[in-house]
Amino acid sequence: MSPDLLKLIFGRLGLESLPLHEPIVVGTFVVVALGGAALLGGLTYFRLWGYLWREWFTTVDHKRIGIMYMILGIVMLLRGFADALMMRGQQMLAFGGSEGYLNAHHYDQVFTAHGVIMIFFVAMPLVTGLMNYVVPLQIGARDVSFPFLNNFSFWMTVGGAVLVMASLFIGEFARTGWLAYPPLSNIGYSPDVGVDYYIWALQVAGVGTTLSGINLICTIVKLRCPGMTMMKMPVFTWTSLCTNVLIVASFPVLTVVLALLSLDRYVGTNFFTNDFGGSPMMYVNLIWIWGHPEVYILVLPAFGIFSEVTSTFSGKRLFGYTSMVYATVVITILSYLVWLHHFFTMGSGASVNSFFGITTMIISIPTGAKMFNWLFTMYRGRIRYELPMMWTIAFMLTFVIGGMTGVLLAVPPADFVLHNSLFLIAHFHNVIIGGVVFGAFAGINYWFPKAFGFKLDPFWGKMSFWFWVTGFYLAFMPLYVLGLMGVTRRLRVFDDPSLQIWFVIAAIGAVFVFIGILSMLMQFAVSLLKREQLKDVTGDPWDARTLEWATSSPPPDYNFAFTPVVHDNDAWWDMKKRGYQRPLTGFKPIHMPSSTGTGIILAGLATAMGFGLIWYIWWLAAVSFIAMLAVGIGHTFNYHRDFDIPAEDVIRTEDARTKLLAGAK
Amino acid sequence: MTVAINPTQTGEPVFYLADEHPHPEGWSTSLGFWIYLMSDCLIFAILFATFGVLGGNYAAGPAPKDLFDLNLVAVNTSMLLLSSITYGFAMLTMQQNKIAQTQMWLAITGLFGAAFIGIELTEFAHMIHEGATPQRSAFLSAFFTLVGTHGLHVSCGLIWLVTLMVQVQKFGLIEANRRRLMCLSMFWHFLDVVWIGVFTFVYLLGVLR
Repeated sequence: MSPDLLKLIFGRLGLESLPLHEPIVVGTFVVVALGGAALLGGLTYFRLWGYLWREWFTTVDHKRIGIMYMILGIVMLLRGFADALMMRGQQMLAFGGSEGYLNAHHYDQVFTAHGVIMIFFVAMPLVTGLMNYVVPLQIGARDVSFPFLNNFSFWMTVGGAVLVMASLFIGEFARTGWLAYPPLSNIGYSPDVGVDYYIWALQVAGVGTTLSGINLICTIVKLRCPGMTMMKMPVFTWTSLCTNVLIVASFPVLTVVLALLSLDRYVGTNFFTNDFGGSPMMYVNLIWIWGHPEVYILVLPAFGIFSEVTSTFSGKRLFGYTSMVYATVVITILSYLVWLHHFFTMGSGASVNSFFGITTMIISIPTGAKMFNWLFTMYRGRIRYELPMMWTIAFMLTFVIGGMTGVLLAVPPADFVLHNSLFLIAHFHNVIIGGVVFGAFAGINYWFPKAFGFKLDPFWGKMSFWFWVTGFYLAFMPLYVLGLMGVTRRLRVFDDPSLQIWFVIAAIGAVFVFIGILSMLMQFAVSLLKREQLKDVTGDPWDARTLEWATSSPPPDYNFAFTPVVHDNDAWWDMKKRGYQRPLTGFKPIHMPSSTGTGIILAGLATAMGFGLIWYIWWLAAVSFIAMLAVGIGHTFNYHRDFDIPAEDVIRTEDARTKLLAGAK
Repeated sequence: MTVAINPTQTGEPVFYLADEHPHPEGWSTSLGFWIYLMSDCLIFAILFATFGVLGGNYAAGPAPKDLFDLNLVAVNTSMLLLSSITYGFAMLTMQQNKIAQTQMWLAITGLFGAAFIGIELTEFAHMIHEGATPQRSAFLSAFFTLVGTHGLHVSCGLIWLVTLMVQVQKFGLIEANRRRLMCLSMFWHFLDVVWIGVFTFVYLLGVLR
């Protein structure tokens, strides 16, 4: 075939795009391909495709979508963590003239992919998954406001993850660091597909995130059950509301800044170029206007989880509910006024730097207030050290350290010394792992019995806990030391042999964390095998306080047979105390949204369009785009998107629960 | 929906609704669409900010004074403003349940919108013909992107408008279609408001600068 025809069909994709010269990538590919083939073969052999399609892929049930988000987050955690292990190994070895085992081309992709994956495809899915699962239950709703959009949002997130994973085996990923600053990310310095993978993966996933933000805001504002005023909402719902406000108010900024970068790369405009009036610093400002709120998007729901867990496992009402709510709202607002602290060294001058330094330090006030609220909740409580509570205590200790180093970095003169050093790396891992990751694990251990009807195995949970926590300290405390000694981030080889010991300790820490992750997978497997022993039929295994524990575990499709009416912040606790009797008769048909395959089809087309744009396969991009329009418009011609669960089905489900509850007594 | 949640006369607290009615269809739609519009507004805000920062960087290329034809822009602006008025008429006739008249006003709105897009494309073509391409300077990059994004929104609005006209024809002014027309109405007026900003900050202030 002529080269022109090949170019028309495959764009710049060719056999040479496959990284066959990288033995590590080829090895990974073989393992992933074998594992994938085994998985697909197994699904086919056991004839599970129809079941998966009907019950999971096309579902609009917020609970199933939440679970799928969690699975996505945990799978991507394995990928992101593999990158982390590779970096720790490289930095441990590359001393005394050794080049380590990763060449610069590969190493730069590894640290970029690690950051992108951990933030967008691990932390975001875990947080979104928990919000999706828990919020409608906590507010006594049957589903979210826009169930179809919810399904679509999830698949868009998956589409972004698919593009990032594809870059591992087809072409390459960005070598720019996780925020892809220009001019490095511009076409002149990054002519390959790496940055295009980055752009389209985030754009596709970003659509999903923005829509799910709108969806959850509406859900919380419009679908609360009677009696639940704003100041009676559970704290997790409050923090979710603030997080989703932040999502809607910040992700469009990311969309625009990436669109402008694409225009620079594809069309040749001059937004962030060095010449023709472009301004690379404009990009840095804009992306951090999204980027700083993003870290609060991640950590606020974690704060909510810790609030629920602390009050449940202390057997007490949360101390200072009102101050907790106001602290959350204040953090939400302040998170918009601090973005410049990410580049004090840009040279904005003393006045600008002081303003952003002070606003940054002010954030520690509401955060500190929260910390004291949790402590006072525990004070004189009857504390049960179950797994969620253990993660919470680990969070409180760890996060305070990370917070204090953050305040230190907020001082502009100190930042001039520590900017882009390993001290910064240690700081943000300290708050993201100590806050978001520990929060997600607390949440998983806390709500798992709600989602599946049995608790997680405590032995492997504790193994995971101790390996994670000690591993974290071993891995990151040395980075503080190295940062203070002046070691900058993203280095591949080192000259000074006296530094090596710290990198060795950090690598040992990473291995500990690895064992922690394996223990967690083991915990899931063991719990599944021992599910009869770990079973909970009451629906309320922790003697908890909020509404999600009022229904069965797992909850029926319709969540609540009758919409609850609440009178107190701790609605379920109040019901238990005042002798609530579960209704046994009078069930009626329940109106619910129907499943639809449109979401996954649209997201698949969006992913194909992204792939076409990345590789300059213009026909693929155009066809996918037109198909998306057609499918999207076609979907609006379907006016019948709901159905009624017949009263007999409700009666059958509720009678089964009545029998279970009677058996438990 | 108002529900008595106070204790009943016997003093027993009520913990669930024995007789509930599901939320009406589209219960959250207006709020959701408003929030979407605000997120879209943020997109324009960032594009305006970018234009504000980069709009003076001509890179020795053409400046607004050399490029903008305010008469043409005035005609174009009137197209969009008139389309907003006619959309308003469409909503009024929709309230009176007059399908034919609603369709007519929607069609007129669409024509005004199409005229707006046509004039804008003519203007773009003329500028590009003169060498004032988006690649020429940061000012022109920011100009084409801001105005072009607005034009893209109007084009999406046109596709949506045609879709809704088909749906109204097929299914009548049912509740779902009224809600959709209301959403498009908000979208259309929102684009008008954004255009006022473009007209003022890009064209008028540009010529003054």
